[in-house]
Amino acid sequence: MEPLEQICSRLLARFPGAEVSVLPNPGPAAQHSLLVGRASVREIAEFLRDDPLLRLDYCSNATGVDWPEKVIVDVTKVTTPDPAGGPPKVSEVKTERLQPGYLEVVYHLYSMELRHGPVVLRTRTVNRTDQASVPSLTPVWRSAEFQEREIFDLFGVVFEGHPDLRRILMWDGFKDHPMRRDYVEPEDYEWEPTPHGDLVEKAKRARPPVKGGEPVA
Amino acid sequence: MLGTGLLQGLAVTAKNFAGSFHDPKRLTTVEYPEKKSVIPEAFRNFPFLVSENAEDPMGTLRCVACQICEKECPPQCIYIEKSKDKKPDASGKMQIYPAVFRIDSSVCMNCQICVEVCPFDAIKMDHVYEIATSERFETLLLDRHDLAKPNSYFHQIRPLEAAEVDGRLTAERKAAEEKAKAAALAKAALAAKPAAPAPAAPPKPPEQA
Amino acid sequence: MSPFDASPLSPSGGAHVRSVVDEFHGDLLEVSMGPHHPSTHGVFRMIVTLDGERIVKLKPVLGYLHRNHEKIGESTSYLGSMPYTDRLDYLNAMTNNWAYALAVERLGGLAVPERAEYLRVILAELSRLQNHVCLAGFLLQDTGASGTPLMYAFREREKILELFESLSGSRMMCNFQRFGGCRTDASSEWLGQVSSLVNGFGAFLDEFEELITGNEILMARTQGVGVMKGPAAVSAGITGPMLRACGVGYDIRKVDAYGIYPRFTFRVPIGSHGDTYDRYMIRILEMRESIGILQQALRDIPAGPIMDPKAKLRGFRPKPGESYGRIEGPKGEIGFYLISDGSANPYRYRVRPPSFVNLTLLEDLCLGHTIADSVVILGSIDIVLGEVDR
Repeated sequence: MEPLEQICSRLLARFPGAEVSVLPNPGPAAQHSLLVGRASVREIAEFLRDDPLLRLDYCSNATGVDWPEKVIVDVTKVTTPDPAGGPPKVSEVKTERLQPGYLEVVYHLYSMELRHGPVVLRTRTVNRTDQASVPSLTPVWRSAEFQEREIFDLFGVVFEGHPDLRRILMWDGFKDHPMRRDYVEPEDYEWEPTPHGDLVEKAKRARPPVKGGEPVA
Repeated sequence: MLGTGLLQGLAVTAKNFAGSFHDPKRLTTVEYPEKKSVIPEAFRNFPFLVSENAEDPMGTLRCVACQICEKECPPQCIYIEKSKDKKPDASGKMQIYPAVFRIDSSVCMNCQICVEVCPFDAIKMDHVYEIATSERFETLLLDRHDLAKPNSYFHQIRPLEAAEVDGRLTAERKAAEEKAKAAALAKAALAAKPAAPAPAAPPKPPEQA
Repeated sequence: MSPFDASPLSPSGGAHVRSVVDEFHGDLLEVSMGPHHPSTHGVFRMIVTLDGERIVKLKPVLGYLHRNHEKIGESTSYLGSMPYTDRLDYLNAMTNNWAYALAVERLGGLAVPERAEYLRVILAELSRLQNHVCLAGFLLQDTGASGTPLMYAFREREKILELFESLSGSRMMCNFQRFGGCRTDASSEWLGQVSSLVNGFGAFLDEFEELITGNEILMARTQGVGVMKGPAAVSAGITGPMLRACGVGYDIRKVDAYGIYPRFTFRVPIGSHGDTYDRYMIRILEMRESIGILQQALRDIPAGPIMDPKAKLRGFRPKPGESYGRIEGPKGEIGFYLISDGSANPYRYRVRPPSFVNLTLLEDLCLGHTIADSVVILGSIDIVLGEVDR
């Protein structure tokens, strides 16, 4: 298979306005990925599927990744010349900036016809709250149908154009998305004797001790 | 001809039926409560704590409450509290011991990771399987008294592994003893050199059985 | 809301059959099959809309066994997730372990010694044998061949599970692979036992096929039922025997050449009709190929270490990065996608379950067939709910 950089440059030539870049993977696996902007992900997916050199006709895995917002500290070195003529002073200036959180959808694409892969395709939502949507790739690869439903269910990514976007693993009345990093599980389990202090504490909060009723340790 | 496949299949069934009366290869089941099938040595079901001595299980636990298994246990079913004081272990070294060691056997999933990570060969997997109880809460939370089983039991259920562990531990203890002896000698020699009065040798802890 | 929109929890709480009216078909009947139904291989539910006895709509409802396996994986160390992978597809702990170990080895850049690679192949192929033989039994049970073929299959499966037990300590929850090798070494007696089992397995398959493959009732129940076309299957991400039954020769053992599979000569059976009978036959043929792989592996297995000396059991912290590792499990492609942020737990731990994705085409396969056929079609997909629901 051609290198990812070449695919990227071909995509940029074919779709001039599209946001496409190669996201390197620093680990030993070296499976780098193709980061594609929301607006053009559908066309690019169709191109990847139909291009005679790639023919990525099989979407093996579709999954979500939650990247909550985090504070990044930038350290910049500032050199101030000493007016007395001595060596210049070097001081570090720390600036904090808030990297906005987003949800990422990752697709692992293979070609069954040409037997190569994987090409890792990623796309991101604007944020994790009101603009958590990306175009659905189910019209391109049907194998994304259940997997995108699962991502919607567990991460809360809304897939525009999905034929049947409902919860799949959790029940319909369920609120919240359990795979998000900031998900807090509800304290609704029964009391059980457990050796663990924090679980016992939680259980006590969930079911406060009653006199003459439930024995609570 | 339609039906030959059916008749062929019926012939196989008939052969198996007849065979089940005399051919041991076709007799695969065991009448369980009366007879029991042989358990392989590697079989694992629930951990137990190895104690050196059957008479004094609490005093001779190999466990030194290092809490590695507690940390590594995937379902977090182990709970350990370290002791405040120290007790001599099998090689005579003063060690912390587990004041509380509990395993919630309703949570344990028999994965053997506690055994693999234990650096002291103190926790091993058991062969028990008839462990049904009629009470869900208290009897399934095992404490160190329930968990302690002597080394002789370990030899009984896993002869190969136990022999290997014992050989290794004996060698280690011997090496540690020799090292301590050599260190004591060197210390004594060092102390003898200056004209200062040589310090008395540290009191040797009582040897364990 | 159209009359077809079935709610996954029936509002009445107990009524599982209701009639829906459709202006084209007249009176339709909506039947909730499962979650507690012997034909659904676990707690799986299909909301089936029937026109007479023909299925006009089928919606699978999943999640009854959902325990958020992926979240557990993210709050457990890399090693700690290994025993949890046993519980995904609980018939094939060995291949689940291997897929997970492969993904972690790629993430951490670990090598696997020769002997461990051979052991992995032997265990994976044994696992394939017992999975396929189980499936053949379950499928025949679903067609109405009560008991006999299933019990014959289980007799043979039990022998393989006993081998797993004497090596790993547990029949099904093996927890055997480690990152950079295997947990325990196989003795020569054990390998001898495997050898005698493998040599006898062909005779069992002959007997099993004589029992049922030519059976006219089986043919009538399965031929032409649930036909799947190759392009649709590729698009829907169907993998494993399901895919090969409709004529697409895609086997990850050949394509990715992971482990030491290129050293073995074996063929990939391919079906031509894509119906349920083909899916049954593919499994039988794959078992015969697995026997060949096992014989080659048992002949060539070298002596040597079984763990990479670089690999650490505890405190495994791979460098930041990600990896996707997949193998050809007995049910299809089982993959693990891991993202490391350099800490002791994975930042993201994802399982790509074959049975879950293979269910995508269930409705398409069942449309137009009778409700009895839907049971057979579901049986031929080979799902395990531990893996579908995770």
